Amino acid sequence: MLKIDGISRRFGDVTALDDVSLEIGQGEFFALLGPSGCGKTTLLRIIAGFETPDAGKVTLDGEDLLSRPPNRRPISLMFQSYALFPHMTVAKNVAYGLEREKLPRQEIKQRVGEVLETVGLSAHAARRPAQLSGGQRQRVALARSIVKRPRLLLLDEPLSALDKKVRADMQLELKRLQHEVGITFVVVTHDQEEAMSLADRIAVFDRGTVRQVDEPISLYERPRSPFVADFVGANNLFSGEASGLDGIKSEKFGMLAGTPLEELEAGTGALLAVRPEKIELADASATRGLAGEVLDVSFYGGVSHISVDVPGHPKPVLVAVQGAASVRPGAKVKVRWNAEDAVIMAADQ
Amino acid sequence: MKSEVKTQPVSRPRGRWLGAFVFLSPGLAYLVVLMLVPLALVFSYTVFQRGRFGGVVYEFTTENFERLFDPLYLSVLLDSLKIAAITTLVALLIGYPTAYLIAQLPKKWKTLALVAIVLPFWTNFIIRVYAWTILLSGPGLVNSALAKVGLGPYELLYNQGTIVAGLLYSYLPLMVLPLYAAIEKLDPQLREASANLGASGFTTFRKVTLPLTVPGVLTGSLFVFVPSFGNFVIPEMLGGNKSIMVGNLIRNQFLSARDWPFGATLSLALIAVLVVLLIVQAWAARRA
Repeated sequence: MLKIDGISRRFGDVTALDDVSLEIGQGEFFALLGPSGCGKTTLLRIIAGFETPDAGKVTLDGEDLLSRPPNRRPISLMFQSYALFPHMTVAKNVAYGLEREKLPRQEIKQRVGEVLETVGLSAHAARRPAQLSGGQRQRVALARSIVKRPRLLLLDEPLSALDKKVRADMQLELKRLQHEVGITFVVVTHDQEEAMSLADRIAVFDRGTVRQVDEPISLYERPRSPFVADFVGANNLFSGEASGLDGIKSEKFGMLAGTPLEELEAGTGALLAVRPEKIELADASATRGLAGEVLDVSFYGGVSHISVDVPGHPKPVLVAVQGAASVRPGAKVKVRWNAEDAVIMAADQ
Repeated sequence: MKSEVKTQPVSRPRGRWLGAFVFLSPGLAYLVVLMLVPLALVFSYTVFQRGRFGGVVYEFTTENFERLFDPLYLSVLLDSLKIAAITTLVALLIGYPTAYLIAQLPKKWKTLALVAIVLPFWTNFIIRVYAWTILLSGPGLVNSALAKVGLGPYELLYNQGTIVAGLLYSYLPLMVLPLYAAIEKLDPQLREASANLGASGFTTFRKVTLPLTVPGVLTGSLFVFVPSFGNFVIPEMLGGNKSIMVGNLIRNQFLSARDWPFGATLSLALIAVLVVLLIVQAWAARRA
């Protein structure tokens, strides 16, 4: 549906986007995920028409988008700051796009009423944005974006301005809405949890390039590059050489068990990644595992995070266990994992 | 002991009032001595009679207010209103695009442009206005330039248009600066949101930019209108004797005709018009 082909954009010396190509399907909930300054917002602004790429093409259902001015694209953008018109009421804000289409007054009124109903703000139609809470403003912005029935809805960090509790509610609501209206959503976020919980597919951006495009579960379980392994979720990374077998050869720890995602030539640089929840904490007397000492235990309610100092490893090894932890800081332990729970990828050049 | 401790918080508000009074008193003294007292004096003159050789004779009369409605003086007031209104309108029409443009400039150029706007203020006001008489006079620069292409000479000085030009030249910066401040603080994303929702550039201006900068428009208009309306230097230098504004009239009553009570009455009328305008402006700004 939306096809992004070889888009590049430079700002002076900085390359914001370097030959980015993506294909997004009809009705898909797609996320552009990456740290700040990775170019994801620039891509969004190019699609919306507020930024012009130096090279590349963007087409929507085969139609060229880049030759159209921003006000002639069948695309809605929900701004990070919401950009609600402060001098208009909620109803007027939502009606703005329909009024520009010169629709009959009666139809505008009806559609504004419907969409306010959908986002649960019917009672606030006559208020000004300044009289609303953050969550309500966000819903007005959303209503204003979807009321035009765009073919594509772009959302720039839609939940970042909300506090944690409201954010969780809005996440569910966004998903429900997307199902209901059937519009293709492209959301930009730096929050990997948000991307994983919302999106059908995620493109991970790093310094202007796409590192991996995958479904959330694949992205989490089978990261294809050290950047993705490190950025998406917490991870423990061990570097070494590919051994040709199920494991890497580490200078400090010898063989570490893991599963290569692709054939790696023995002797080349490799990285082993193992998720905190896949690591098992064993007694210091256990036969297998890396010996270390518990540095810190943090209790989060459902889970506890334990960081273990393993001599020879630059960062503490992070272990997640269900419920409260049974160990205390200072305890001598061993950390170990099964080969199928750790993934091995080629190290960055 | 306990009761002593309790009395302390009670005495604190009194201390705060005292502190406020100490800090406010210089400003209050200034306002009372240099504004309220003279204003009260001037207003009190309006109900007294003129002295034969100037000054005031303290005998009650309503004659001054009756004279105010003499068509001769009324037309001067109306002319002044007209000149000030035209000046304000033209200043707005020139000032808005200027301010808008400056607000879009890169930061470095913004500062430079603003300095350029304020720069004329660094030269003496009289000299700047006087320069216009040299430019526009019969054998002046403008006419001799026109003569080179076979036009003119035109009578450019000493009419209402010249006064408007002079006022405009002098007070345009006072229009540009508040407008710039209003436009500059507009979130540029509002314009993007408007475009994203299908509005053309003109519609965005009409529906978003202009309504949100109305306070700046009102402030700028007031800043230009007030000094234009009561001005007497510019009409005197550029308007000749033909067209007189209320400022000239007041000056003449005090200095030439030596009719202080009527001069005071005219001043009262001028202030009354401005107060009404201020109230209208405040009301409109609150609604915007």
